[in-house]
Amino acid sequence: MTNGWIDIKNTDMMLIMGGNPAENHPCGFKWAMEAKRNRNAKLISVDPRFTRTSSTADLFCQIRAGADIAFLGGLIRYAIENNRIAKDYLVNYTNAAFIVKEGFKLPEDGLYSGFDAAAGTYDKSTWNYQEGGDFSGKTDAPGGSGHSGGTQTTSAASTGHAPEPEAGKASVPAAAPALPANTAYDLTLQHPRCVFQLMKKQYSRYTPETVERITGIPKEQFLKAADLFTSVRKDGDMKKVATIIYAVGWTQHTNGTQIIRTAAMIQLLLGNMGRAGGGVNALRGHSNIQGATDMAGLFDSMPGYLKIPLPTDPDLASFLKRTTPTASKPEPWGSMNYYQNTPKFFVSLMKAMYGDAATKENGYAYDYLPKPGQDCSWTHIWEDMYNGKIKGMMAFGMNGVMIGPDTNKNINALKKADWLVVGEIYEDETSDFWRAPGISTDEQKTIKTTVYRLPCAGFAEKDGSMTNSARWVTWKYAAVPPPGQARLDQDIVADIFLRVRDLYKKEGGAFPDPILNLSWAYADAAHPPLSQVAMELNGKALADITDPATGQVIKAGQQLPGFGWLRDDGTTMCGNWIYSGMWTEAGAQCQKRGTEDPSGMGVYQNWAWSWPANRRVLYNRASCDVAGKPWDSSRKQIWWNEAAGKWVGNDVPDFKPDSHPKEHLGPFIMNPEGVGRLFAPIGVLADGPFPEHYEPIESPTKNILHPNQANNPLVRKFKSPYDKFGSPEEYSIVCTTYRLTEQYHYWTKNNPMNVQLIPEPFIEIPVELADEKGIRGSDLIHVISARGTYTAKAFVTRRLRPMMIDGKKVYQIGLPIHQGFRGIQEDKDRDARTPANLLTPAVTDPNAHTPESKGFLVKVEKA
Amino acid sequence: MSQAATEIVRISGHAGPAPGLDVNREFQVCKLVDTTTCIGCKACEVACLEWNGYTFSETHFDNSYQTMPNTEWNYWNLIRFNEHEREDGTMMLLMRKDQCMHCEEPGCLISCPSDGAIVQYANGIVDFQEEHCIGCGYCVTGCPFNIPKFSPTAKKVFKCTLCNDRVSVGLEPACIKTCPTGCLHFGTKSEMKELAEARALQLRENSGYPDAGVYDPAGVNGTHVIYVLHDAKNPELYGGLPRDPHVPWTVRLWKGPLKWLGNIAIVGGILGMAFHYMRFGPKKEEPIPPTDRKPDDGDRRAA
Repeated sequence: MTNGWIDIKNTDMMLIMGGNPAENHPCGFKWAMEAKRNRNAKLISVDPRFTRTSSTADLFCQIRAGADIAFLGGLIRYAIENNRIAKDYLVNYTNAAFIVKEGFKLPEDGLYSGFDAAAGTYDKSTWNYQEGGDFSGKTDAPGGSGHSGGTQTTSAASTGHAPEPEAGKASVPAAAPALPANTAYDLTLQHPRCVFQLMKKQYSRYTPETVERITGIPKEQFLKAADLFTSVRKDGDMKKVATIIYAVGWTQHTNGTQIIRTAAMIQLLLGNMGRAGGGVNALRGHSNIQGATDMAGLFDSMPGYLKIPLPTDPDLASFLKRTTPTASKPEPWGSMNYYQNTPKFFVSLMKAMYGDAATKENGYAYDYLPKPGQDCSWTHIWEDMYNGKIKGMMAFGMNGVMIGPDTNKNINALKKADWLVVGEIYEDETSDFWRAPGISTDEQKTIKTTVYRLPCAGFAEKDGSMTNSARWVTWKYAAVPPPGQARLDQDIVADIFLRVRDLYKKEGGAFPDPILNLSWAYADAAHPPLSQVAMELNGKALADITDPATGQVIKAGQQLPGFGWLRDDGTTMCGNWIYSGMWTEAGAQCQKRGTEDPSGMGVYQNWAWSWPANRRVLYNRASCDVAGKPWDSSRKQIWWNEAAGKWVGNDVPDFKPDSHPKEHLGPFIMNPEGVGRLFAPIGVLADGPFPEHYEPIESPTKNILHPNQANNPLVRKFKSPYDKFGSPEEYSIVCTTYRLTEQYHYWTKNNPMNVQLIPEPFIEIPVELADEKGIRGSDLIHVISARGTYTAKAFVTRRLRPMMIDGKKVYQIGLPIHQGFRGIQEDKDRDARTPANLLTPAVTDPNAHTPESKGFLVKVEKA
Repeated sequence: MSQAATEIVRISGHAGPAPGLDVNREFQVCKLVDTTTCIGCKACEVACLEWNGYTFSETHFDNSYQTMPNTEWNYWNLIRFNEHEREDGTMMLLMRKDQCMHCEEPGCLISCPSDGAIVQYANGIVDFQEEHCIGCGYCVTGCPFNIPKFSPTAKKVFKCTLCNDRVSVGLEPACIKTCPTGCLHFGTKSEMKELAEARALQLRENSGYPDAGVYDPAGVNGTHVIYVLHDAKNPELYGGLPRDPHVPWTVRLWKGPLKWLGNIAIVGGILGMAFHYMRFGPKKEEPIPPTDRKPDDGDRRAA
């Protein structure tokens, strides 16, 4: 979330799309209800199903799963056409005025300029700003001066069709061309190649009629939603604020990242970023999934969203050169370009990881780090295991067989593994993969995989920090000790690590240094206290360091007050720069429980600690106009205090505290531009600077925008026998998966109370489809995709309706993901025992590598 | 209730009257269920079960999110889910928390024949005292909301107590405490009525529900559980909430005129007997007519 849960109460307008917070985040949803009760806020729910969130909405639109960009693109067009945009905000706080290089091409045929059909990637050199200066009111910005943009690769564009490269063969991109330091700009937004005009042109194709044909939302209904949402900017008034709230209904698509980008663009266009009651707000599906992401539970990032070294970065210097951005902005403007501090964050991280072994001479142990040369994301792990490249797996705190797409493939991959370690509180489907439905007793005997079950502590049995969707790092305490032989996760990990280290000590190895030199300075090596891990994340001084501005000194060994103190010379260590400030010399900030809220805006500065630097709303400089005055005086977050010469307010300024508004320092300090990106230049995204609607890999219709380029051209398909795809002729029904409020993922099916509330799996199908097939409510039915068959009872409902997609009637159905083959009901043989992800395809978004679980094709049969 | 009992009437070493002595106190409690902000999460169902110490029982999927068809003797709180299509074709998923309404004029209490099995407290809570329950089930007939449920094992009838055990020590009912959206409120009847009316007005004026209103049915003299409904003109849509609930006329007849008629009949019968006695005296043994005698009997006696 750019904002936070409580902050939703400050909004005037909510667009909830790709998420169902009433069911999946019921406690957080109270703030949406507060906004409705106390501010008469409006709620628009756009979803494939009429959900319990929709039941509280002022307006509901049933959208075809996977058509989100068409809807949001239509919203951009509507806002521009009807002048419901935040003009001053747009000019000053976004890159709307920046002029894009000549040679950049919009995807009228489905492809941006630079597509390399053979490699299946883009040459992004034209996705860049023009160098130049002020072209306000002029239309003759020169062509690619200075930086050679590279010739446009038009081979693929001319054929208008992208081949399907094989997954896993991602070539490492060549060093991306840099952004120009001095961008060309046109503050009148009239230049034909300025970002605003390009964006306008890009979305001019997303007319209400087109939106209707793609999404299935009737034109009138769409216009109602567009009018309602953009009404916050009626007549250019800046007082009102709208928020966009989403969850994995947006991420789990082959263009998921671009869907979220579209939301960010809308919020920039309407001036809703950085403001109380605004923002783009991701609802995280677990109590600590934000923390997992922050700590780099991903193959392609390091803690604190630092980039991972690649095989093409031979040493620390070249790695830092590639990953440390330089400012790129109109000459008179300022840009903080906060990521210019990347070397400080990275070197401090290396000091935290390798301690004294990380020296200036050895590039702070840069060579110790693994440098992934290929996609190592979720679906690739299973693909590699299936192909025999991965021999074993340690699965902690997640049920691998259940959560990913294509369960059949994953089970068959595990059959080929040598060993599997599962740390869990229950016997789950992953540790029991060998007796999944369809595996006979005879076959079970042939499975050679050794499975180790490690009983782990449950959430109430361990302390530690959790980071919620609002970026609050909150410390929690153990309520009860783990039962029986169950052990804490960190104890298990420590045990394994210490024994592996001993083996390396005794036997040596090809490259033992990273293991032998790993910093493990905990009071009890076998039982690392998480408080000490948290202190390590916060960071400390390794030598006396002095703030040149104030003369303040932090003594060696002292906890750092925040990431502003980090150094790139090895005198500080910090496990995760964005967490610096959570556990300072003053104590554990994340343990604070202050309930005072002087502004009444739900800021709660002293409740837990929010990264970064305890800021509750990110980019809050944008809550003020150019002169530093809040857009809405009734929702004051921060403001410029002329007398004091600094930014003050109810929140911690997410800004240079003493930067006078006259300096025109951009509010989006993490971007090299200093402003928000409507156009995402060069290295930001793999599949285009503007989002474009592509059909899901399995879609009931052609792509009406560009029939020759139906899907995201960067999507790769695996070639295993399990990676099969259905045609709309055979599989005509659109299917999506979801969670229920009564169950939590795959483990509450072990809790009697949850099982009583939702005892059995079901499949929600429209009344019309049921009538057609002669299905009555509670009849057992099969849902069949090209990959598998899911069996459960039919939930015949009017909350899903047949849709008209480009003149064709299309049914849409949905099924919850919770039930599998282990649990109270499952163990009594009461369920159909089929995991929902038997149906889903293992195709992923090229940026975030998230599989496309929301929107695939099936057929329905009576059992 | 308890607050009334511990109200300070005299105070030591204090100039003037006891503080709060002249304050007008309202003891009538009320639960407000705002169906327009209910998200059907069923947290109240679980809280009710846990507070009252009932364990889970087996349920079955029945083409609905609803946990079970009706409340049960050991399941007092149930969200009812109803799909409804409005006239303009828009969909609604109506979710109503079903539980005892704690009527001002409780049909259960009126129909109960057992001394002290059902009581109504000054705060309005209608409470079953199971130790006095004889399991006759008359309260089931008397309730216009189909709430009291007979337990075949305990042979007694049970229902929601409005968490009397919590309320009497100044706590809110368990369902209120657990509700995540603030759809449930608890306070005095007048406060809740005011809050409910304000919300209904907001729904009428700002949310496109011209028929939004408060459900506090007059037929049972009002209830201590009230609803805000999107469509107060059609309460039946919300899982059969009765439009105009009354104590059933059969109960009225039987506990009213019929009871008196019965009493008259009893008294009349006794009086009749007395008159009969006075008029005809005690019934005497009458000699058996000779024709009825059987020869054998006589012979044996004679022998």
